[in-house]
Amino acid sequence: MMNTAAIVIDDLLVRRGGVVVIPGLRVCVPAGQVVGLLGPSGSGKSTLMRAVVGVQKIAGGTVTVLGQVAGSPALRSRVGYVTQSPSVYADLTVRANVAYFAGLVGQGSDAVDKALAEVDLSAVADRKVERLSGGQRSRVSLAAALAGDPELLVLDEPTVGLDPVLRRDLWNLFHRLAGAGRSLLVSSHVMDEATRCDRLLLMRDGSLLSDSTPDELLARTGALDAEAAFLHLIDTAADTAKEVV
Amino acid sequence: MNPRLTLLTASRVLQQIRADHRTVALLLIVPCVLMGLLAWVFQDTPVFDQVGPALLGVFPFVVMFIVTSIATLRERTSGTLERLLAGPLGKADLMFGYAIAFGLVAIIQALVATAFAIYVCDLDVAGPVWVLVVIAVLDAVLGTALGLLASAFAHTEFQAVQFMPAFILPQFLLCGLLVARDRLPDVLSTISDFLPLSYAVDAMSAVASQVEPLGDVGPDLGIIAAWVVAALVLGALTLRRRTD
Ligand SMILES: Nc1ncnc2c1ncn2[C@@H]1O[C@H](COP(=O)(O)OP(=O)(O)O)[C@@H](O)[C@H]1O
Ligand SMILES: [Mg+2]
Repeated sequence: MMNTAAIVIDDLLVRRGGVVVIPGLRVCVPAGQVVGLLGPSGSGKSTLMRAVVGVQKIAGGTVTVLGQVAGSPALRSRVGYVTQSPSVYADLTVRANVAYFAGLVGQGSDAVDKALAEVDLSAVADRKVERLSGGQRSRVSLAAALAGDPELLVLDEPTVGLDPVLRRDLWNLFHRLAGAGRSLLVSSHVMDEATRCDRLLLMRDGSLLSDSTPDELLARTGALDAEAAFLHLIDTAADTAKEVV
Repeated sequence: MNPRLTLLTASRVLQQIRADHRTVALLLIVPCVLMGLLAWVFQDTPVFDQVGPALLGVFPFVVMFIVTSIATLRERTSGTLERLLAGPLGKADLMFGYAIAFGLVAIIQALVATAFAIYVCDLDVAGPVWVLVVIAVLDAVLGTALGLLASAFAHTEFQAVQFMPAFILPQFLLCGLLVARDRLPDVLSTISDFLPLSYAVDAMSAVASQVEPLGDVGPDLGIIAAWVVAALVLGALTLRRRTD
């Protein structure tokens, strides 16, 4: 079947604590690619991801994931979600954590071993999570999602705080997964990760500033890197706003 | 509900309890210490034999309510609850998984506490001891179920902690331990008819005083079991997949 969109979002409106944090957002995330969701802290990346996995109350619009309404029961084992702060059980071992989350989606110990190897945690598999570093914990959280082999992976800042070698290895892993037909939506507030994505969504104040490939973004803005492109887009948006007034 | 996911969750919760030696010690030792203290306070009086069995039902209830509230609170603050709710685990699977895990712990707890009360503190009961154990286990499961319900209602950690006294203390005051329920003011007596802990204490008192208590205990246990199921189902219905 030809299905080119992993996520289709239309007029999404989200209020949190009574404040509008996403004021009507439209985007289409293609399948089989690593799509980066970049923006400063507080721009609404986590909120958007929560809407995609169906745990965010939305005030309007539609979110369609793999052809179905976000959060619908049939999607729950097809979508893997890694929250921004590592969500694993500190009092269990690395393996017990990954095995539990994998078990929930029907995967066994082979998938667990493979996921642990992919995030380079095989050596500490029998250690309790509370005795790991922050970076290791976030990789346990990632492994717990990888072991389920989901069609869509929604990863909220999975590479923050990792050493450069591990970061490169993980981005390579993301591309291998995309090559195998999986879709990935990966957020980051570090602009230099932009070049590692097949496609880039730039977010600010709950709205998208740009939706293109990294090359298109640089060509369009004439900037040398994503950070400069981001600033350029903010400046042009401000100028346009002035002209309208 | 999916039995496989429920059991997988129960086994994960058991792994967590087992890994925490201090909690295991607390679950098993605290009820014994309280029974011992009670026997000591009331030595040379008939009071211990009168209220001892009832407290054998109340202690596991309170301890399990607190342990469950804390456990689910941690599930919430660690982000694992959000992750679970984004996945295929049903809300009822989560509730019943916890209930099964703590129910198994409750069996051990009830055996230890009852043995301690009878063989160390010389508690005299007229009825069969196994009935005492069964009631204590069901009371502990009731504590777990109400703890889960309370934390499903809570939207923040702070609220969850506040629910502890709100759920437990009124039941404790009205359950018949302090003043026999038929001597309470009419309004309070009627309210106590609707609270599950009242039936726990009734059942325990029946075992304490009757050689053949099953006729009285049976209906009490039925009501407690109904409360357990109702609390778990209500807890599952109250838990929100989508939050603000
Ligand atoms: N639980 C919450 N309640 C109310 N507002 C929130 C909550 N979480 C985040 N927000 C607000 O929503 C906006 C977007 O936050 P978030 O999605 O976490 O951004 P990001 O992930 O890009 O840092 C911010 O203004 C933040 O203050
Ligand atoms: Mg965030």
